[in-house]
Amino acid sequence: MPLSTQSDQGDGQYVLVASLDNVRNLSNILKAIAFKDHALFNATPNGLKVTVEDSKCLQANAFIQSEIFQEFTIQEDSVSFQVNLTVLLDCLTIFGGSTVPGVTTALRLCYNGYGYPLKLFLEEGGVVTVCKINTQEPEEPIDFEFCSTNVTNKVILQSDSLREAFSELDMTSEVLQITMSPSQPYFRLSTFGNSGNAHYDYPKDSDMMELFQCTKTQTNRYKMSLLKPSTKALALSCKVSVRTDSQGFLSLQYLVRNDDGQICFVEYYCCPDEDVEEE
Amino acid sequence: MDCILIGSNVKVLAKAVQSLSRLGEELYLEPQENGLALRTVNSSRSAYACFLFSPLFFQKYTPPKSSTQRCKMVIKSVQAVFKSLSSLEKTVEKCRIELDIEKSRLTFTLHCKHGLLKTHNLSFQDSESLQAVFDKEGCANTLTAQPKLLVDTVLHFPPSLEEVRVSVNDERVLFRNHVEDEAEQSKAMMTEFCLSAEEFDRFVVNMHTCITFCLKELRGLLVFAESSGLPVSLYFDEPGRPMVLSLTDSVLEVNFVLATLSEEGQPRNHNSNMRRVSEPPITDDFMNDDVDYIIAMEAGELAGDSDWPEPPRHALTPPRLHGAAGDQQESSGECEDEDGQQGAEETPVEESGRPPNKKFRSLFFGSVLPTPSQMSNRTLQSQEVLASDSEDEDGSPSP
Repeated sequence: MPLSTQSDQGDGQYVLVASLDNVRNLSNILKAIAFKDHALFNATPNGLKVTVEDSKCLQANAFIQSEIFQEFTIQEDSVSFQVNLTVLLDCLTIFGGSTVPGVTTALRLCYNGYGYPLKLFLEEGGVVTVCKINTQEPEEPIDFEFCSTNVTNKVILQSDSLREAFSELDMTSEVLQITMSPSQPYFRLSTFGNSGNAHYDYPKDSDMMELFQCTKTQTNRYKMSLLKPSTKALALSCKVSVRTDSQGFLSLQYLVRNDDGQICFVEYYCCPDEDVEEE
Repeated sequence: MDCILIGSNVKVLAKAVQSLSRLGEELYLEPQENGLALRTVNSSRSAYACFLFSPLFFQKYTPPKSSTQRCKMVIKSVQAVFKSLSSLEKTVEKCRIELDIEKSRLTFTLHCKHGLLKTHNLSFQDSESLQAVFDKEGCANTLTAQPKLLVDTVLHFPPSLEEVRVSVNDERVLFRNHVEDEAEQSKAMMTEFCLSAEEFDRFVVNMHTCITFCLKELRGLLVFAESSGLPVSLYFDEPGRPMVLSLTDSVLEVNFVLATLSEEGQPRNHNSNMRRVSEPPITDDFMNDDVDYIIAMEAGELAGDSDWPEPPRHALTPPRLHGAAGDQQESSGECEDEDGQQGAEETPVEESGRPPNKKFRSLFFGSVLPTPSQMSNRTLQSQEVLASDSEDEDGSPSP
């Protein structure tokens, strides 16, 4: 890609400037949704939202609030652009992944607006790297129309136990079936693989279950291949909320604590595979 | 069949499954009156393993009413039930296994911490009984050792080593790697490991012998033995007869049965599971089948080992016929072949008398060139070449 496709401007003209003392507070979260090459960045005065989609059936969003940044200046109400996420992550981690205590890489992210490249200044131990990544036309993200009022079932679990279940899931199964019900089995993950089927049941009074609000018995199937990337977010998180709406759309929300103990969110939305009334 | 396991016994069962998975690809599950048997056999049917868990191993054990509750399944699917072996103890409180052939149901239910319930409904096939016929008490030699001793011994051999030779006399046991191909012998690194009789808890040697078997098949047992801490007993006698490794305690009996190479170099499976007890001894017709497996070795003194007693230098005596009736069965009842094909190939009888003297070519022990043998043992009466076909059962003298 030629370096001068997009022109550069001076400092004062930036539409968005964001600084972080520790770039890992951004890169770690982005890794949790980096299952596709391209990501949509949307910045508002509230912070940064990064969206990755797959085949119009799966959407992952990472939210990094403006408070996480040491500096977050935005000249417009909403700034959007699309970049190659893989390239961006390579740049953010350009100083390597070492976690030597006390040594952090600082980031200053600058964007001039539509048509301009995304400029990254990364500094570690006095060494500065400047990266310019070409931006692309932002695409409209899918709106799953998942709103709180449509939610029929919701549970909040501690990530530890769900991590264990996800790590043991039979990957020969094409689908992951999730059953949520006010009665037995309450919250069940099922797989149907080559060697048989398996069910993981979480009772509503388990001490891993922080919240249990199920109004209606629902069973939905989701493609395992779509949900697999969510395990990265699960690995980073300490709590996860699982919600389904009346249409069977799934929302997984992960509470992630970054290196400095601050809270960020990652969420995954997934379309159901088919309507299954019984197990 | 319905049984419940609690606490650390779940891990023992999981380790047994893991141990069996290193030998065969299918797990045969057979609930019996005297406990639950988990068995497997390797693809070449030269190694068999059985873990028998007595009813006391379980918190509750309900044997099936009919005796036809037997099934087999892909071992990987059972391993999937017991993933993350290391955390099994901490997370699993109870495990329930239910088998109902009529309802086509095999269910493993794990009750874990925090109320988490894991249910696995596995697919399986009906199967016939898989049982090897072997006689531990009838073996001439019995050695019992702490598992660590054997594990440490095996450690000295490369993991890729297939076959190992074990020679035993009144005072010690020698483990050597076995290299069959003459060309390889000059390039291969030969390792010899000697254990004196004192290192063993029990050392009963009634026959000085040298057997060769596949070490790989045993590694699964040794891992299990080490984790259980139970002493391992080896039962064997002459080459060609099966070797048995056994672990027992009050609630568990483990037996690994391996075929050993007969002195012609052909592995014999006459301990095999597929044997029909009533079958007559195999005739000469099978002799011609074994050309590929015959390894010729010239009789000669075993060099480089001065303490070694010199085995008799005469020609082999007429084979002893251990007929179908002669081999005592440890398992009661017939052995049935699950798919009915194997019965004819495996023979219950063995033939050669004494283990012959052998030399093997190596840098350390001098060398003798093995000569190619001829197929028919009948024509070699004048030579001290072992070329007899192991399948030759009818008592004809071997050279």
